Amino acid sequence: MTEQLSRPAAPTSPMPPTIEDNVNLTTGEVFLDRSTGHPVMQLKDVGVAFGGRSAVRNVSFDVFDREITALIGPSGSGKTTLLRALNRMHDTVRSAKVTGKIMLGDTDVYSGSTDPTLLRSRVGMVFQRPNPFPTMSIYENAVAGLRFNGVRKKALLDEAAESALVAAALWDSVSDRLKSHASTLSGGEQQRLCIARALAVEPEVLLMDEPTSALDPIATKRIEELIGELKNRVTIIIVTHNMQQAMRVADRCAFLLMGEDRTGELIEFGSASKLFSEPDDPRTLDYVNGRFG
Amino acid sequence: MTATSSEPLGREKRHSRFSLPNGGYRAILIVGGAIFAALVIWFLYSIVNQSRPAFSTLGFSWIIQKTWNPNLHKFGLLPFILGTVETTAIAMVLAVPIGLGSALALAYLVPQRAKVLLGTAVELLAAVPSVVYGLWGVIALAPLFREYVEPFSSSAFGWTGLFNGANSGVGLMLAGTILFVMVLPTMVAISRDVLAVVPKEQVEGAMALGATQWQVLRKVVLPEARAGLLGAFILATGRALGETVAVALVIGNSDYIAHSLKSPSATLASLIINNFGEASGTELAALFGAGLVLLVIGLTVNSIARALVRRAGGSGSVASVAVA
Repeated sequence: MTEQLSRPAAPTSPMPPTIEDNVNLTTGEVFLDRSTGHPVMQLKDVGVAFGGRSAVRNVSFDVFDREITALIGPSGSGKTTLLRALNRMHDTVRSAKVTGKIMLGDTDVYSGSTDPTLLRSRVGMVFQRPNPFPTMSIYENAVAGLRFNGVRKKALLDEAAESALVAAALWDSVSDRLKSHASTLSGGEQQRLCIARALAVEPEVLLMDEPTSALDPIATKRIEELIGELKNRVTIIIVTHNMQQAMRVADRCAFLLMGEDRTGELIEFGSASKLFSEPDDPRTLDYVNGRFG
Repeated sequence: MTATSSEPLGREKRHSRFSLPNGGYRAILIVGGAIFAALVIWFLYSIVNQSRPAFSTLGFSWIIQKTWNPNLHKFGLLPFILGTVETTAIAMVLAVPIGLGSALALAYLVPQRAKVLLGTAVELLAAVPSVVYGLWGVIALAPLFREYVEPFSSSAFGWTGLFNGANSGVGLMLAGTILFVMVLPTMVAISRDVLAVVPKEQVEGAMALGATQWQVLRKVVLPEARAGLLGAFILATGRALGETVAVALVIGNSDYIAHSLKSPSATLASLIINNFGEASGTELAALFGAGLVLLVIGLTVNSIARALVRRAGGSGSVASVAVA
């Protein structure tokens, strides 16, 4: 499936933009491809099994620098399971086994010499439900990751906190109450704090697991706008149930579907515009048109 | 409480013939609450009333006087107050780190099968009657202390001045150790339950930022569980302060202030049980007074611990304290 992917033109070659790559089909907006065209992460034949039962398998695709890659598919298709394999969150589950190969740049994610804590500071994660640390203040939440990674200097922490909160579009509303508890924020603000917390560590890739599923439509819209802005800063892989959301934010999409033996498989991977208009697989077409799932 | 208990009763109304009219269930709550309140008041009144002769004949200063000698009409409680506080302190100094460590291990480290096995063992130990611990202390621990633990601590830590005197086995050290063994299961069982309810989302949130397992525990799990852990501490301390039979068996029962951890001593509770049988008149009143002092010590420890958590910003789960 990966072979059908046409890589975006390198920035140096002034190829005329094709409809397929550079027009957002929902808005009609033409955009310039800013990505450098290098894969940041590469998945090769990745599978995850729990206690011998396979949850997702045979997933291969590349994740490109400064792009938004969406994992879409109905419930049970293994989207979240796959996402959590990328920063080794399955390590805590004894029965979980990840097969295949996941590369982050030159690092083999599952190699014995890879330190999972170091890996997770390079591959951040935002969860379904906002999960700021309730015993910490807004400021402490924003710098928690840096402190975990050994940063102690107050000036550095202050600077990182402001920069991350600005990037997460939260600075203006919290700059005068950084000492308040994170629980005083609204749900949408809490989720943006979680995004800020992840950004402060300056990860190369940010994993987002249905980041708006617990939020109201207005908060959802603001997070989506934020995701669009963050694209310049970090490579994003997002799991979403929401077809419109995938259409609005994603550059590339991976469509997963549960096979007959209840194991998730990659059905199709390609540019979002292609997946949503003329996918190769009829099942993809059915799904994006809302005929099932 | 009232709001939640109304619901199952209300639902029952639809399914069962034994339905309660709203007024009936209110009556049950009111009667239940009233009986409880009346018992507490009656209990407190009795103790205060029984101890009153001691206050009227001896004033208030007898509580902190040093000499207990009924023949000389002296009923100073200071040796026993100190004995109570000292044995409890020894027990808790050992029980807090070891109990917390075991609870963390049970909640986060050991594999599922061992978890069930160890968890059952902990609950079993928590249910052993205290007199059994006391006998075990006399039979198994006292000789061990006399032959090894006391000589060793004298030679290694003798410079502190805390280990002077003969190696007799029984004394403050052994009593504190028995209390530690007794409160450990309580400490572990409650702490483990409190730690287990820290939301997985918080743990994963920290992990996803590159926190090590130790950092996750130290910075996220422990702060979150603070209020509940305090509940475990208060319960364990209360048990140590009031423990009677086991302490009476191993503390040596001396009416003098201990000058070393090896000295025999006594606690308020052991004083009461050792003297209650033959006591009458002012001595009996003084023993009730000792009970009152014990109650006050317990309440003080409780309030200090709560104030500490509140000052540390313990918004956490106050509910878990209530449960504990």
